[in-house]
Amino acid sequence: MSTVTLSQREMKRRRKLGADYVAPSPYTLKNALEKGDLFTKLSIVVFGLGNFVHKQYLKGLIFLASEVLFIIFMATAGVKNLSLLPSLGGREASSGWVDGKYVHIAGDNSVIILLYGVCTVVLCIAFVLWWSLVIRSAYKAQVLGGGKDRRAPSFMDDIHTLLDAKANQLLLFLPLAGILIFTVLPLIFMISMAFTSYDHNHLVIFKWVGLENFKAVFSNSGSIVSGRLFLSVLLWTLVWAFFATFLNFFCGLFLAMVINRKTTYGKNVWRAIFSMSIAVPQFVSLLVMHQMLQPSGAINRLLMNWGWIDQALPFFTNATWARVTVIIINLWVGIPYTIMQVTGILQNIPAELYEAAKIDGANWWQTFTKITMPYIFFVLTPYLITTFTGNVNNFNVIYLLTRGDPGVVGESAGKTDLLITWLYKLTVDRSDYNLGAVIGIMTFIVLAVVSLITYRNSGSYKNEEGFR
Amino acid sequence: MSKHTQSKPESQSLMHDQRKRRIVADVATYVLLGVLAVVWLFPIVWIFLESFNKNPAPYQNTFFPTQFSFDNYTGLFTQRNVLDFPRMFMNTFIIAIFVCLISVFFVLSVAYVMSRMRFRGRRAFMNFVLIIGMFPGIMSVVAIYFILKAMGLTSDGMTTLALILVYSAGTGAGFYVMKGYMDTIPTSLDEAAMLDGCTRWQVFTKIIIPISRPMIVYQAIVGFLTPWLDFVMAKVIARTQDNYTASLGLWLMLDKEYINNWFGRFAAASVIISIPIAILFIVMQRFYQESMAGSVKG
Repeated sequence: MSTVTLSQREMKRRRKLGADYVAPSPYTLKNALEKGDLFTKLSIVVFGLGNFVHKQYLKGLIFLASEVLFIIFMATAGVKNLSLLPSLGGREASSGWVDGKYVHIAGDNSVIILLYGVCTVVLCIAFVLWWSLVIRSAYKAQVLGGGKDRRAPSFMDDIHTLLDAKANQLLLFLPLAGILIFTVLPLIFMISMAFTSYDHNHLVIFKWVGLENFKAVFSNSGSIVSGRLFLSVLLWTLVWAFFATFLNFFCGLFLAMVINRKTTYGKNVWRAIFSMSIAVPQFVSLLVMHQMLQPSGAINRLLMNWGWIDQALPFFTNATWARVTVIIINLWVGIPYTIMQVTGILQNIPAELYEAAKIDGANWWQTFTKITMPYIFFVLTPYLITTFTGNVNNFNVIYLLTRGDPGVVGESAGKTDLLITWLYKLTVDRSDYNLGAVIGIMTFIVLAVVSLITYRNSGSYKNEEGFR
Repeated sequence: MSKHTQSKPESQSLMHDQRKRRIVADVATYVLLGVLAVVWLFPIVWIFLESFNKNPAPYQNTFFPTQFSFDNYTGLFTQRNVLDFPRMFMNTFIIAIFVCLISVFFVLSVAYVMSRMRFRGRRAFMNFVLIIGMFPGIMSVVAIYFILKAMGLTSDGMTTLALILVYSAGTGAGFYVMKGYMDTIPTSLDEAAMLDGCTRWQVFTKIIIPISRPMIVYQAIVGFLTPWLDFVMAKVIARTQDNYTASLGLWLMLDKEYINNWFGRFAAASVIISIPIAILFIVMQRFYQESMAGSVKG
């Protein structure tokens, strides 16, 4: 093997990634374009030609078919979709007399134009990536099938590689496709709505308006949304997410350890009791709680019958009461999940660690802080971050319990509304899709800042092999 | 010698003290667990008793019902013309089974690849998923509806398929906990297997999956529960009552229009929905603990 001199960028990568470093493949696009023979270079235009020449017929056929399909698509629909995207269409529906007949002429629907445009753009990007893959594949066939008695890998060889050295490609294909189509594509679509005038006044035909909607959310003059309202909702969202995540985690950890004590009898019974609330769908239990805590609901009635209170407690009608109530009810919902997670991990901590600590004379507290906590945090830091983001986006608990109430007349968000329920109200109830999209983007920015900082500083990111 | 006689009574009192402390701690443990158990079971017991209440109105004078009957249950299954609950139940059940299977497969695949294989773009993928997860899911509900409509999946017969796709497509992004678990399985197992001639795929199916059973159980529960818990997505996608999922049906029963006649049946429906989930959960719980005992300790 000849020695390969690494570029400066490559050296930097190698240093940064350490054990994670993966050497670059020799079959790069650049090499293919520089060192490829005639057939490889012709593969730029005719997909799969290089593979045909080196007897990879099936592969070549697949490549060629993909190119033909793409060209047909672009010719029939793609170009039109792209050309309408900048204007989003403007033709209004009309009707009139044509050749003595009264006809209805359908107008443009900007949502459809936007969706098809976004899809076409995504498809084009995917095609460029595919194109690069095709060329690299042709170059690889040329290099491997070059000599007299050398043979490019057959289709069966390729399948075998997919099960072994390249199992990542096989295993990731479907999950990644799912994420791209049902998560990423809708997101791009929705983000692009933030820059249009798609609100309750412009439901069929709307335009690009640039940053107008962001201005509306942050200025203090807006009627539906305003900077002040945004800040108050944001603050409550963060307070809620903090309490919902960490109270749940520490209470759940505490309970799991109490149940896990050596002298606690009936461990399974206790766990089963707490798991009951998972067995009941969250949806049901939240609606039941909602019913129980109404001014004339079961709890207030019970307390009144006992003579403890004269008036109904304002569980969902007073802002502070409502906020505390949802946090406490969320404990009821969330702690069993924490117990379930932590129990498995507690039992999985290597017993040698505890034995060694015992021999060294460590007491209970030292064992807890030096072994149990680091281990749990090592495994659960990603879980905690996802829980935090999940709580910022916790639609169910808030919407099913309070629907954001108590509200203020004339404002689009109530006192317990999170950014996410506000977003829901703006889009589904009020059809202000553009404002909803702006709130969504802001939610994302908040989450991104909080979690990227914590995650990058966590042990399980920096040191994946720490407990192996 | 003198040292020995001195230390004896001290150690005895310490022993005594320790035993006392343990008894106090035990009592405190049981009191705490007992009180919390009541808190946790309270709403469940209430809705259970309410489902047998002869009087189906929502707000009543007594906390627990005074007269019991099966009317709520029979009504739920016989009066299918207003709200067809049995059908909603079946819809959700079918969706849940498919989502459960697909999500377990997706999560296992992604977690294994991320934990065991090193390739270009791995870090990028992990960061990408993390970033995607930070966008609020509700944000894309409307967009997903438009996309499904363009794919022709919003017509009457296709809604079930559409919901299966929507619930399971993105589950691969939830691989982090599973990966954290796989990271604690020693790589020496993989290496030994590969020396014996196993492919990556065989290592995955014959070593990693059996060891990861506890987390698979967890993942299966999560996947199965998704369709029962969600109502936002279902509400936007399932437009007609024939395609409603159980949660939408329950939501509808508490609507102002229905609540006065349907509250009792809402309670009954809640109990019925909880039963398959509870049974599954208890079975899985047992499995969960058994597999914990047999798994390799980190």
